[in-house]
Amino acid sequence: MAEPLLRVDNLVRRFGGIIATDHVCLDVSKGEIHAIIGPNGAGKTTLISQLTGHLAPHAGRIFLGGRDISHFPAYKRSALGLARSFQITSLLTDFTAADNVALAAQAHDGRHSFRFFANARKDKPLRDAARAALERVGLGHRADVLVSKLSHGEQRELELAVALATKPQIMLLDEPMAGLGVTESQRMVKLLAELRNEVSIVLVEHDMEAVFALADRISVLVYGRIIASGKPDEIRQNEEVKRAYLGDQHVVVGHG
Amino acid sequence: MTSKLNVSSLVAALVVAGLVLLPVYSNLTGNIFILTLFTRIVILALAAVSLNLLMGYGGMMSFGHAAYLGIGGYAVGILAQEGIGSGWAQFAVAIAVSALYALVIGALSLRTRGVYFIMITLAFAQMAYYVASGLARYGGDDGLTVYKRSDFGGLINLGNRVQFYYLCLACLLAVVALVWRIVNSRFGLVLQGLRSNEQRMQAIGFPSKRYKLACFVIAGMLCGLSGALLANNTDFVSPAVMYWTRSGDLMVMVILGGMGTLMGPVVGSVVFLVLEEVLSQLTEYWALIMGPLLLLIVLFGRGGIMGMLGRVNRG
Repeated sequence: MAEPLLRVDNLVRRFGGIIATDHVCLDVSKGEIHAIIGPNGAGKTTLISQLTGHLAPHAGRIFLGGRDISHFPAYKRSALGLARSFQITSLLTDFTAADNVALAAQAHDGRHSFRFFANARKDKPLRDAARAALERVGLGHRADVLVSKLSHGEQRELELAVALATKPQIMLLDEPMAGLGVTESQRMVKLLAELRNEVSIVLVEHDMEAVFALADRISVLVYGRIIASGKPDEIRQNEEVKRAYLGDQHVVVGHG
Repeated sequence: MTSKLNVSSLVAALVVAGLVLLPVYSNLTGNIFILTLFTRIVILALAAVSLNLLMGYGGMMSFGHAAYLGIGGYAVGILAQEGIGSGWAQFAVAIAVSALYALVIGALSLRTRGVYFIMITLAFAQMAYYVASGLARYGGDDGLTVYKRSDFGGLINLGNRVQFYYLCLACLLAVVALVWRIVNSRFGLVLQGLRSNEQRMQAIGFPSKRYKLACFVIAGMLCGLSGALLANNTDFVSPAVMYWTRSGDLMVMVILGGMGTLMGPVVGSVVFLVLEEVLSQLTEYWALIMGPLLLLIVLFGRGGIMGMLGRVNRG
């Protein structure tokens, strides 16, 4: 079997006496959407942060395209094609939408940024790349608006555009639907479905409807441990999962 | 947004015009004192502009920026005492040593953040202060008199008040133009992105530390230039020029004028130093008036003077 794009091997992270990531194994193939679900505090964001390099694991290894990136800093992982969206929107709020995306493109256009004179806002390739990514997520008409003036939904879409502009092989999306209304959620699901052919996605999400609509595979994280991993139907039928997670969330799932 | 730009630009243009025409006024009225005062203001404005690059655009709250004033000053003073009078050599050394100091201090300080960064930059500047105090050969605590100003051959005579003033002003305007270019460059956008959200910048692929360090070094070099000019202006350099209160003055000038605005630090320096001059002539307790005044501006005028101008204009 071919090496998966992303492979996580027995990852461990503790906070004091608590094991937030407990020997997690995970793999994501090319073009796959792999969802990670679990109750609040299960360690989903902790896991994502270790994958992106913002948090160092205490044990275990992470491979991207067969290469051990466990100890690479965040910027190097980004250079290798790993992009992240943040659970709590984390954009450059005093910049325009286009600036945010153009900066992401700038980090990946193959030239360093120790250039002190030429006006970067007039750099056509970067601006074009930014516009393309914004169009992609449906924000083309909002390019010159300050991020702080965008709606919450638009900011979530912009997060995605920024991730796309880094030309990723794999995107780690931390609750992209959080706080979105019904129509906005549907748009986001549609968008992610369109992206699946270009880029692999690790999707951390509470919106079960979205997860079951999108995911090729689902892993269930409880108390830092993966208790089940499989196709959506298998997860739906899994007794342990029902007990640990879906059971006490049935209200959410029911009306979703 | 555009209207704000207009008022600020107008004020900035007026300030520049005023500074350019000042020697004419001084000459017509025979008021030499004002030229001396404004030479000092222009030199310290240059230091404030460099600090603004660091604080306003880079988000790095350095509380030790006056160290470079001392380094630049001592480069001029020590070389002059050792018989090297060439301004080219003196200014080159002033800037080079500032760069080296910034590189080392920055590499160490940038491992920390927030309050710790403020404290560690302060601590290093105080170290520089005590090192200068210990230079017995160069006057120690008492400082070092510069008997001969930097010699730029026939190009410009620093002993001539008007020529020296215009040299300082040209340096200031050149540095402002440089900062303007930097701020809008690839480097400048990365810098401002880091100020806004460092974690995000790392996530999209920027190695943040080396960009911040580069900014630290550039700001240090520019302030070293200011220090070299300052020593020429006072014909004297002493450890006092790097004392922490001087670093604090520079911070106040930046915040007063408007952090992260191009001309804010220039306006802030003019207002701060003119106020200091005027108030200190009125009363020996001038600091009692100055303090609350600054507090009011900082409390109610977010964005400093440039920020307030924007709001007045909109209202």
